[in-house]
Amino acid sequence: MSIAPNRSVLATSIASALATTALLGAFAAQAGEIKIGVAEALSGGAAQYGNSIRNGFQLAAEEINAAGGVNGDKLSLVVEDEQGKKEEAINAFKKLLFQDKVVMLFGPTLSNSAQAADPIAQASKTVVFGTSNTADGITSIGNFVFRNSVTEADVLPVTIRTAVKNAKIKKVAVLYGNDDVFTKSGYDNFKKALDEQKLPVTTTETFAKGDVDFKAQLTKIKASNPDAVVLSALLAEGAPIMVQARQLGLNVPFIGGNGMNSVKVFDLAKGASDNLWVGSPWSLQNHSKENESFVVAYTRKYKGAPDQFAAQAYDALHIAATAFKKVKFSGDLAKDRAAVRDALPDVKWTGATGAFSFRQTTDKAGAPAGYDAQQTPIVSVTKGVNYDIVK
Amino acid sequence: MLEQQLFNALSLGCVYALFALGFTLVFGVLGVVNLSHGSVFMVGAYAALEAITQLQLPLWAAIGVACVASGLVGLLIDVLVLRTLRQRNVPHLIPMIATIGLGITINSLTQGVFGAENQRFPAGLLPQDPLQIFGLHVTELELGIILLSFVLMTLLLLALKKTQLGRALRAIAESPKAARLLGINVEGLFMLTSFAAAALGGLAGVLIGLYSNALFPLMGQPVMHKGIAVIILGGMGDIRGAMLAGLFLGFAEVLSVAYIGSTMRDAVAFGLLFAVLLIRPKGLFGSVKERKV
Repeated sequence: MSIAPNRSVLATSIASALATTALLGAFAAQAGEIKIGVAEALSGGAAQYGNSIRNGFQLAAEEINAAGGVNGDKLSLVVEDEQGKKEEAINAFKKLLFQDKVVMLFGPTLSNSAQAADPIAQASKTVVFGTSNTADGITSIGNFVFRNSVTEADVLPVTIRTAVKNAKIKKVAVLYGNDDVFTKSGYDNFKKALDEQKLPVTTTETFAKGDVDFKAQLTKIKASNPDAVVLSALLAEGAPIMVQARQLGLNVPFIGGNGMNSVKVFDLAKGASDNLWVGSPWSLQNHSKENESFVVAYTRKYKGAPDQFAAQAYDALHIAATAFKKVKFSGDLAKDRAAVRDALPDVKWTGATGAFSFRQTTDKAGAPAGYDAQQTPIVSVTKGVNYDIVK
Repeated sequence: MLEQQLFNALSLGCVYALFALGFTLVFGVLGVVNLSHGSVFMVGAYAALEAITQLQLPLWAAIGVACVASGLVGLLIDVLVLRTLRQRNVPHLIPMIATIGLGITINSLTQGVFGAENQRFPAGLLPQDPLQIFGLHVTELELGIILLSFVLMTLLLLALKKTQLGRALRAIAESPKAARLLGINVEGLFMLTSFAAAALGGLAGVLIGLYSNALFPLMGQPVMHKGIAVIILGGMGDIRGAMLAGLFLGFAEVLSVAYIGSTMRDAVAFGLLFAVLLIRPKGLFGSVKERKV
């Protein structure tokens, strides 16, 4: 084949790409559109969370737009893949802030990335709204940083207390991933809660990301004879841990953090997923009106059950839209961004995750900073393929 | 508890050894540290998963599919990339760097096609309930992995020692140039080795995927990092060494968890590895000579 035809094809495609961009540009400039940036991990190790989150946003945006938008303006999501990496999150934030000129940002998926990228949004005086960042200190970055993800510091003590009360737990073993910010911070919060509730710990064991075999730790845990295992892990390791524990005859309850709160555990740890206690702001089994309608709509659109990450993203966009209703968009980007910031803290919303409001936090010096979620967690225990809610 | 831990160590060691066999074979014959081996391993796991879920094949047939799929990927890597580099006579670090890139490409492609979320082989494919032997909790899969890694090691050793093919491969390992002068079809054997080593990697992928119940596009990376340690410790390119070093790492890890503490696991395991290499810089079976070109 000669080169020439290819080259003309290339030229045509460049021309059409340029034309498309121009069209898009024209479209974007139209009035009646609120541009929102979404930077989530759509590929890489955190992609299973990031994709759920994006689905949640898209579902909420469709619903809001189908109902006429916000005061007649349509929401338009500009989605970027931040790959679950700090550097990429920074790049995605810069693109959304400076090139796409969004009025506010959602993301990034991981707390790690939020620590790195949120200061950029803060510096540009633009709201950054995390739906999945649960580590400590994120909202201390500044007063433009919001999140509706209930922190593990709030959830884990409730989970432990409920499990201890219902499953007659006197002493626990602890197992966590020590090379990951999320699972390590989960461990720190678990430890704090265990200390506060004066629950004896028989042994504390660790594992590393990507381990395939946990039997050494589990054998040791079994020998220490605990009434339950407190587990701070992501699903990739958490599910095999449960399977291997049951294979070793370690049949005590597991008390998990946020990472274990996914319906995927029923598939990944099939036959060994019973008796896992998790606390979270959201549960598939929560039969409130708002949650039922979310679950039905999500399942219809994506042919699969939603998880907590989708639910929180879905609620987050509704929360933002509620704030937008109070904003008079002027077209002056800096003014609009500031107006969104001022409207958000007062939003109260009851959605898939239940009643929600913001709670202002402080920065390291004690001055008022960003906003955390104020929400009561739901504790559930797995049985069969369900998370049964425990009061 | 000790008996259970010793068994845990044996099965983990065999998992490492199983991965390292193909990895070390490529190095022994081609003289390339093939850093795409982790990706080839992952391709095997996904190929078997697809064969089982999409084509409804039984497990043994799916393992066959996995070996062929991984083998073909390994073959393509050799034909398209490694051979080109060999022909240009590039410095020996270049193929290693190229295989890093290949690994990333294969991982990303897999992620694009199958998504990033964890998957697993259907439950019930193998009996999940453990057997109780002398008070030990043992699964049939663990027994299979242990048996298979020893059998494969023996077969590979015999093939290299006793067959004409094996002699030719050892001649190549000594010096490809001399082997070519002796009338050995060096390129053909490079291709064969690439195929066989990748097929072994694919087999390891299926078995370890069954073992960990967690298939994801990056599943090969952590295993490969351990694999690199194993083949260096064993003596680069040595089959017995890969086996023994796999077991060494398995025992070091499990026993350090059992008696020192899991936070110190990698420090102890890799500290021991370092100590061994200080005494035997060429590894346990380090007989690999500098290749004469």
